[in-house]
Amino acid sequence: MTKTTMTVNGKPVAAETEGRTLLSAYLREGLGLTGTHIGCDTSQCGACVVHVDGKAVKSCSVFAQDVEGADVKTIEGMANPDGSLSVIQQAFQDNHGLQCGFCTPGMVMSSAALLAENANPTETEVRHYLEGNICRCTGYHNIVKAVMATSGQTVPAE
Amino acid sequence: MYNFDLIKPKTLADAVAAMGDGAQALSGGQTLLPTMKQRLADPGTLVSLTGIPELQGVCQGDGGIIIGGATPHAVVAKEALKYYPALAALAGQIGDPAVRNRGTIGGSIANNDPSACYPAAALGSGAIIQTNAREIAADDYFLGMFETALDDGEIVTAVKFPVPQVAAYIKFVQPASRFALVGVFVAKFADGVRVAITGASNNGVFRWSEAEAALSANFTPDAIAGLTLPADDMIADLHGSADYRAHLCGVMTKRAVIAAG
Ligand SMILES: Cc1cc2nc3c(=O)[nH]c(=O)nc-3n(C[C@H](O)[C@H](O)[C@H](O)COP(=O)(O)OP(=O)(O)OC[C@H]3O[C@@H](n4cnc5c(N)ncnc54)[C@H](O)[C@@H]3O)c2cc1C
Ligand code: FES
Ligand code: FES
Repeated sequence: MTKTTMTVNGKPVAAETEGRTLLSAYLREGLGLTGTHIGCDTSQCGACVVHVDGKAVKSCSVFAQDVEGADVKTIEGMANPDGSLSVIQQAFQDNHGLQCGFCTPGMVMSSAALLAENANPTETEVRHYLEGNICRCTGYHNIVKAVMATSGQTVPAE
Repeated sequence: MYNFDLIKPKTLADAVAAMGDGAQALSGGQTLLPTMKQRLADPGTLVSLTGIPELQGVCQGDGGIIIGGATPHAVVAKEALKYYPALAALAGQIGDPAVRNRGTIGGSIANNDPSACYPAAALGSGAIIQTNAREIAADDYFLGMFETALDDGEIVTAVKFPVPQVAAYIKFVQPASRFALVGVFVAKFADGVRVAITGASNNGVFRWSEAEAALSANFTPDAIAGLTLPADDMIADLHGSADYRAHLCGVMTKRAVIAAG
């Protein structure tokens, strides 16, 4: 075991790791940040997406020690400083972009990464960008609506 | 997953020195991590290539473009766009954004998955694979399914692509994995056309020489209208039969010719 340090949601953190400790385990078990969900653990579903140095990555498919020292952002870091929901989280709620909520942390983190790169995506671009995030509940349309609403756009009803 | 020691050198020289017995290179990990989770690989040491600046980036040189071995797909999709649009487009269609932020060209070329995209670009462009020890022409590099000319411990440091006059990659996506059910890379150079096909053959990526000859004489989809590939050695799985894949090779090649223009 060695101590692995990084910055998570703006705070310097440290936790014990082995070589095989995944970033997802580091966050959930090492730091108790269980907002990052594990759906498949095989890099297929996107529930575990977090930002590493500003880029969306699947935390189940990265070793914690390989991103030592990185700047990591998780769903726990998305709310406003006063605890209220961020614009994107509020848009998911307003547009019924979640039902069971299991995929939601990954959906929000992927959507935030998209909007940081492209502030005014088209509906097609949103769907393309979210290809690696699987939702079993919503049928995706309301998720796409939420992302479009965050960027100040609307999509026609299906 | 079995445990291992992870080391993260800052220079290529240190990485090469670390590739001793039982050590394996780790790049984006998008293939290696799932493999290790299934206990199909059990390296004693992983040598991470993600912290080595000399393995990163896209630049012009040697009459083409040079892509560092540990450059992620997302960076190639952006930075290769002005030099080699067909290659950038291929990189931008690999997996999904999170996979593209981690997965690298060196990892893809070293793995040589029979359904991967980059092997088609490398073989279709006549690229040169540069390692810490030597340069290998793509024609001599891809030896079969998951097999390459790399020796144990050899590291892909860069891939050099000659830039064709026109080119296109068309992939028929296997929707669950987003790998190629069949993918065809067509590149037209001053001295002839190259056609490389991935996803189809049990022997991995291959060149379709009859199509190359026909397209070198006449670069239109009609030139290959009468050509077919035998289904004998094609992959057959629940996503498509061998006959279906053989048929798709022709269809995707025509579409690639049209897209290349
Ligand atoms: C959900 C998903 C979808 C995907 N879709 C596609 C797709 O559509 N098309 C496609 O082509 N691929 C796809 N991939 C695979 C992806 O592109 C991988 O990133 C790539 O195949 C391997 O690159 P890596 O950097 O992650 O390598 P790693 O997983 O780190 O390594 C793979 C192998 O290569 C070796 N290796 C790594 N780097 C080097 C090097 N520089 N020199 C020598 N050996 C090295 C490792 O030891 C290991 O054996 C997908 C993957 C996932 C998880
Ligand atoms: S848990 Fe990481 S992609 Fe599914
Ligand atoms: S809301 Fe249930 S999986 Fe997406």
